[in-house]
Amino acid sequence: MSKKLNVSLSPHVHSGHTVGGAMYGVIIALIPALLASFFFFGLGAVVVTLASILSCVAFEYLIQKFIMKKEPTICDGSAILTGLLLAFNVPSNLPIWIIVIGALFAIGVAKLSFGGLGNNIFNPALAARVFLLLSFPVQMTSWPVPGQLTAIGSDAVTGATPLQLMKAGMPQDFSTMDLLFGQIGGSLGEVSAIALLIGFAYMLFKKIVTWHIPVSIFGAVVVMSLICGVNPVEQLFAGGMMLGAIYMATDYVSSPMTPRGMIIYGIAIGALTVIIRTLGAYPEGMSFAILIMNAFTPLINAYVKPKRFGEVVK
Amino acid sequence: MNLIWIALITLGVIGAIGAVILFIVAQKFYVYEDPRIAEVGEVLPQANCGGCGFPGCGGFAEACVKASSLDGLNCPVGGSAVMEQVAGILGQTASAAEPKVAVVRCGGSCSARPKTSVYDGAKSCAVAAATSAGDTGCSFGCFGLGDCEVSCDFDAIHINPETGLPEVNEDKCTACGACVKACPKFIIQLRKKGKNNRRVFVSCVNKDKGGVARKACTSACIGCSKCAKECPFDAITVENNLAYIDYDKCKSCRKCVPVCPTGAIVEVNFPPRKEKPADAAPAAKPVAPKAETPKAETPKTDAPAAPEAPKADQSNNDSPATEA
Amino acid sequence: MLKTFRLGGIHPAENKLSANKKIESLELPKQVIIPLGQHIGAPAQAVVNKGDKVKVGTLIAQASGFVSANIHSSVSGTVAKIDVAPDSSGNKRPAIFIDVEGDEWEESIDRSDKLVKEITMDSKAIVERVKDCGIVGLGGATFPSHVKLSPPPGSKAEIIVINAVECEPYLTSDHQLMLEKADEILVGVKILMKAVNVEKAVIGIENNKKDAIKLMSEKAADYAGITIEPLKVQYPQGGEKQLIDACIRRQVPSGALPIATGAVVQNVGTAFAVYEAVQKNKPLFERVVTVTGKSLAKPSNFLSRVGTPMNQLIEAAGGLPEDTGKVISGGPMMGKAMPSTDSMVVKGCSGILIMQSLEAKRKEMSDCIRCAKCVHVCPMGLVPSYLMRVSELNMVEEAEADRVYDCIECGSCSYTCPANRPLLDYIRLGKGKVMGIMRARAAAAAPKK
Repeated sequence: MSKKLNVSLSPHVHSGHTVGGAMYGVIIALIPALLASFFFFGLGAVVVTLASILSCVAFEYLIQKFIMKKEPTICDGSAILTGLLLAFNVPSNLPIWIIVIGALFAIGVAKLSFGGLGNNIFNPALAARVFLLLSFPVQMTSWPVPGQLTAIGSDAVTGATPLQLMKAGMPQDFSTMDLLFGQIGGSLGEVSAIALLIGFAYMLFKKIVTWHIPVSIFGAVVVMSLICGVNPVEQLFAGGMMLGAIYMATDYVSSPMTPRGMIIYGIAIGALTVIIRTLGAYPEGMSFAILIMNAFTPLINAYVKPKRFGEVVK
Repeated sequence: MNLIWIALITLGVIGAIGAVILFIVAQKFYVYEDPRIAEVGEVLPQANCGGCGFPGCGGFAEACVKASSLDGLNCPVGGSAVMEQVAGILGQTASAAEPKVAVVRCGGSCSARPKTSVYDGAKSCAVAAATSAGDTGCSFGCFGLGDCEVSCDFDAIHINPETGLPEVNEDKCTACGACVKACPKFIIQLRKKGKNNRRVFVSCVNKDKGGVARKACTSACIGCSKCAKECPFDAITVENNLAYIDYDKCKSCRKCVPVCPTGAIVEVNFPPRKEKPADAAPAAKPVAPKAETPKAETPKTDAPAAPEAPKADQSNNDSPATEA
Repeated sequence: MLKTFRLGGIHPAENKLSANKKIESLELPKQVIIPLGQHIGAPAQAVVNKGDKVKVGTLIAQASGFVSANIHSSVSGTVAKIDVAPDSSGNKRPAIFIDVEGDEWEESIDRSDKLVKEITMDSKAIVERVKDCGIVGLGGATFPSHVKLSPPPGSKAEIIVINAVECEPYLTSDHQLMLEKADEILVGVKILMKAVNVEKAVIGIENNKKDAIKLMSEKAADYAGITIEPLKVQYPQGGEKQLIDACIRRQVPSGALPIATGAVVQNVGTAFAVYEAVQKNKPLFERVVTVTGKSLAKPSNFLSRVGTPMNQLIEAAGGLPEDTGKVISGGPMMGKAMPSTDSMVVKGCSGILIMQSLEAKRKEMSDCIRCAKCVHVCPMGLVPSYLMRVSELNMVEEAEADRVYDCIECGSCSYTCPANRPLLDYIRLGKGKVMGIMRARAAAAAPKK
């Protein structure tokens, strides 16, 4: 026989799962929320989203090619996803140059300086969002009022978000239904809870994420809200709660690996968020809570091991 | 003004209390350690390679200080120079250990040993060894996946991409033995460096019968015993179809090298043979010895003067050498 | 809701191409090569010499120790030589070469097809016969069966669990055996029950073999104590520990033998071999081998003599296809890729899988993205990505602390990894090292007591 056979250890078949497949799966799950943001914030949302994605991909390519001197991995979709999530976390009237700086921070500092996908400690999009929030507090917190379809950049009329109103104890002119569908002010992608939940259902169906992290976050938020004496429903649907719990906290790289670890992580995020929202200076605490827990992920991974076969005898 | 004084006094008092506590603790928990351990540690290479058989340089230093004599204690990395320093500190005499070097006993380069299957697993010799007997007909030879290269702390062993075999840089090799342990095929051995770094050795570990071995690899030892008959000092024994040279008996006369029909016996660092000046003619003088040994081993003996020469030289002289 | 094991698991594409293909007897080869080490444990010692005449069923190699197995000639003819032959991984191992002359069987073997239901032997005689006939676990692990049937002192068997799940994709030999030899298998199970003195036996069959479940259930009504358990299709259900968990809801504690749960697990093929040995006095020298592959002209189930060259089986199934990339002895999840097809059928060879070159090549690996898919699928509750890292870096203490020794090498982690990391390659390495250290430690601790 002249043909040379391949030799390797078992298993000899593969599921066909790919890193890119998982990333694009999350992107598909984000499409309903993206459409909702276009519907509420119009052209401004389109421009911010495009700018964010393009600059993230461009920075990833340039840094990997010319600074790290290795084959760029832009095809795996992780840079697109980071760009999309970054756009979802900023107001739709943000100037383009600020979003480009955010993209540079997300890709260059939060992701590639740690060694690229798989080695970053913090969720790049969130790290960039917090970086922008601290660097450009005014631009990052002037939320456009929904329904201005052609407004780009600073043309948009801004108003307060539900969380800001709650924080200030002002009369609230929105209903729970508004919160659910997104007829409220806020960051681009966080307003429509229902669209985000549709995406969550898709990801669960496709087994891209498991239920552990989002569900434990929601549970912890409800419990903490009751303890702190705030309305749990509003806490759940307002602000970046849905976006953070479903898409940011479940980020593969920066979340724990074992189911038990995921639940600990989720509970801590939910509790921290409500504490920051009710006691802290900022009206929104989701991003800080997730970033704080990202830092604890290696610790959780080291100490929380999965349920062992043979422990549950009989 | 008052405020400054208060601050200074407060901090000063805190500092003083801290100092007292530290002093008491240091007294109470003081552990006596022979100061010579630190001194010996100073002169050791601090590579922590474990080549001495102790857990790192610290362990070796402690062992030296505790031992009544330095017999059997040797730092392979530092060699006799370091051991003499150690002996000086301890007021003892260092036992002379002959310097050693790692030797790769496989000559199955890509051209000599055709592939029969394609290895497609993790890039690790240990994994490959668990997978199959190897991707060539020889089930004893080198995988060329570089576990030895990874294990080396001294940058002294590298896989040559052309031959697919590891090559030892004799100047850098400290004979710590890490590569010997890393090789799943037990190809690498530590050998005495020999007089003037000159050595003759069998560059093959194939125990198959002659025909099988020859079919798998053109430079395999086929166990023909010609070398054993040729050797005037009875240094060569053939067992399990494989020749082995006893280094205590070998006088490096090189008579076995030309009789080997497959060129499996390799000589290194010898001057060129006089009777074959034609072979070495095209190459620069320092490279000439390679004419005799178209082996993976040879380039490691490179004089820095001719870094590029061996490749061309090797192919030029391949045939005359194997016929020799 | 069908039962299955309760931790991890995957469901690879089943690809049972040779399902419902009748078992064909393969033509006798010209020469058989019978390796001396076909089982876990010490290789057998040859008891024949060059030039000896042997018949089908003649003892040619004697077990050397308790964990070892007899080997019998699978053909009649002359011993040509005792030499080395490449095993499935290409390593040369001692083997007996026999030139085939005719097909003459030992007189003691009952060659009739008649079903013998009545079990006359007692427990001790059965185990002795199983040992004499060289029967080993035919699921692939080839653990000598008489060892399993002699529970260590202090442990008591309560139930026989028969492994008929055939969770490996592609393979169909056990499935087809059940369809054709249901009664014999059930008598074999009864014999096993008698051997270890238990009243209960459960046969676990995955739900993708509905015809076998139906047939076996109907027949089992006549055999007291035997129940059929249809199981949800899930890999690695054929693992001993997983099967016990799936069938009787008990989990083997880490480091313990399955007997700790009172279960003795045997493969369905082994049950058939036990039937033949005890009722027909026939040693183990032939077995059903699935030869399959997507490009293969004729995926089949062959009844093949031990020692038959694999090339002959492949020829009989239509020859090696042009686009062959990999030939595997066993199934795609745990089988061994062979460097050449020059190997031969051994007792543990349940199938020969011929993969196309496209699917045979592994994809480029990338960095771990910590997606935890490997953690979710691991049936033993390990963290494969971490174990791979510590094994790669030779951190044996960490590997031991994270229970690398619990790994059953099912390959679910490598199968599912989106970054194509060779998780199991390295975990095996670490497991080997840790097991070696643990054994050395146990050996060092033993004399002190």
